[in-house]
Amino acid sequence: MERAGIPTALLCNLTSIAERVGAPRIVPTRGIPYPTGDPSLSAEAERAWRRRLVERGLEAVATAVHGPTIFPMDAAPHGEQ
Amino acid sequence: MTARVVHYINQFFAGLGGEDTASVLPASREGAVGPGRKLQQLLGDDYEIVATVWCGDDHAAGPDVLPAIMDLVRAAEPHVVVTGPAFTSGRYGLACARVAAASAAAGLTVVACMHPDNPGLDEAGTAPVVASGEVARQMGPSLETLAAAVRKVAAGEPLAADDGRVGKIPRRNVTVDQTGAERAVALVLARLGGDREATEVPLPRFDQVTPAQPVDDVSTALVALVTEGALVPDANPDSLESARATRWLRYAVDGRDALPAGEYRSVHGGFSTVWANEDPHRILPLDVARQLEGEGVIGRLHGEYLVTAGNGTSVGNARRFGVEWAADLRRQGVQAALLTAT
Repeated sequence: MERAGIPTALLCNLTSIAERVGAPRIVPTRGIPYPTGDPSLSAEAERAWRRRLVERGLEAVATAVHGPTIFPMDAAPHGEQ
Repeated sequence: MTARVVHYINQFFAGLGGEDTASVLPASREGAVGPGRKLQQLLGDDYEIVATVWCGDDHAAGPDVLPAIMDLVRAAEPHVVVTGPAFTSGRYGLACARVAAASAAAGLTVVACMHPDNPGLDEAGTAPVVASGEVARQMGPSLETLAAAVRKVAAGEPLAADDGRVGKIPRRNVTVDQTGAERAVALVLARLGGDREATEVPLPRFDQVTPAQPVDDVSTALVALVTEGALVPDANPDSLESARATRWLRYAVDGRDALPAGEYRSVHGGFSTVWANEDPHRILPLDVARQLEGEGVIGRLHGEYLVTAGNGTSVGNARRFGVEWAADLRRQGVQAALLTAT
């Protein structure tokens, strides 16, 4: 999809695999069975977490990157630039 | 007698433009076009490219256009059909492979040309494919390989690895003197000796992806939600597989701002779907995406989501899904995507 010109934020848990296969925009999630969730939170807090994840993904698709780049929630994007 | 050749290319090599013309419908012209001219030169007088057929990559990688392309191919009454070279262009490679497979199925002699890493390669099936270089700068040598292959297939000769054949080469059983154990030890010793290439089973190579340009303004962009979390309507009406998926599906979210538990579930076989089924938004975040759209943070949400099951998916199929998703989303003007992975 990226090759075809559609910037794509990959929300996933196993970020090292995402990096290895070359996904350019990676947003780390909290668990494999719930990429945009967190069952340890209350329903309201989980929804707020989900919103932040999606917002981070939107930031990622609006950010120029040169190679696999991780966009963590509470830190600056990092990767081999 | 001159052999009639029909050449399939894409909108770019037909000189129509780049991504801006990726939606052009199938069309044809008499004679050789673009790289076909050099191919004609290399083939010489015993062959004539009587027609060139092209199609925009976004359509060609979609589901419905192959019959129209094949009508144009057959109308020119070819002795040999040639597709490509597609280099590493995924949508173009997919199209070349499909035209090759359809030509072979119709009993036509055909050869396709693309880079061995092209995501479309597997779709050629048993139709012969020879290797091109990686980039269009390598058109010259790629056409030489292709011309030689055209001559061979036209003469009814099989293509082998030495001819640059790639993809599914029909297996031939051979007997060798060394047992598997002896060959395995030899490979280990070769590896210890510094040979990092020797292998009997080439593993998939993950190629480099050039990132897409970022979206200028998300607040005016059309954004799609897509997932490999196998989220489907509860009855799984289109029978998405739980593992080794061979297909992907689309479901409408237009007018919906939620995916209620009980109406949707995950059929993914690679993790416990208990949490996903309690709240499908843990797989596809439609609730918050719709909220962000309402607030003007996202310009517009795409009216459907695309889904497959990313559990033991073959690299070949995964690549093909990606190419098909890209073409599908591009045809509908989608500018960015969020892909949730499990």
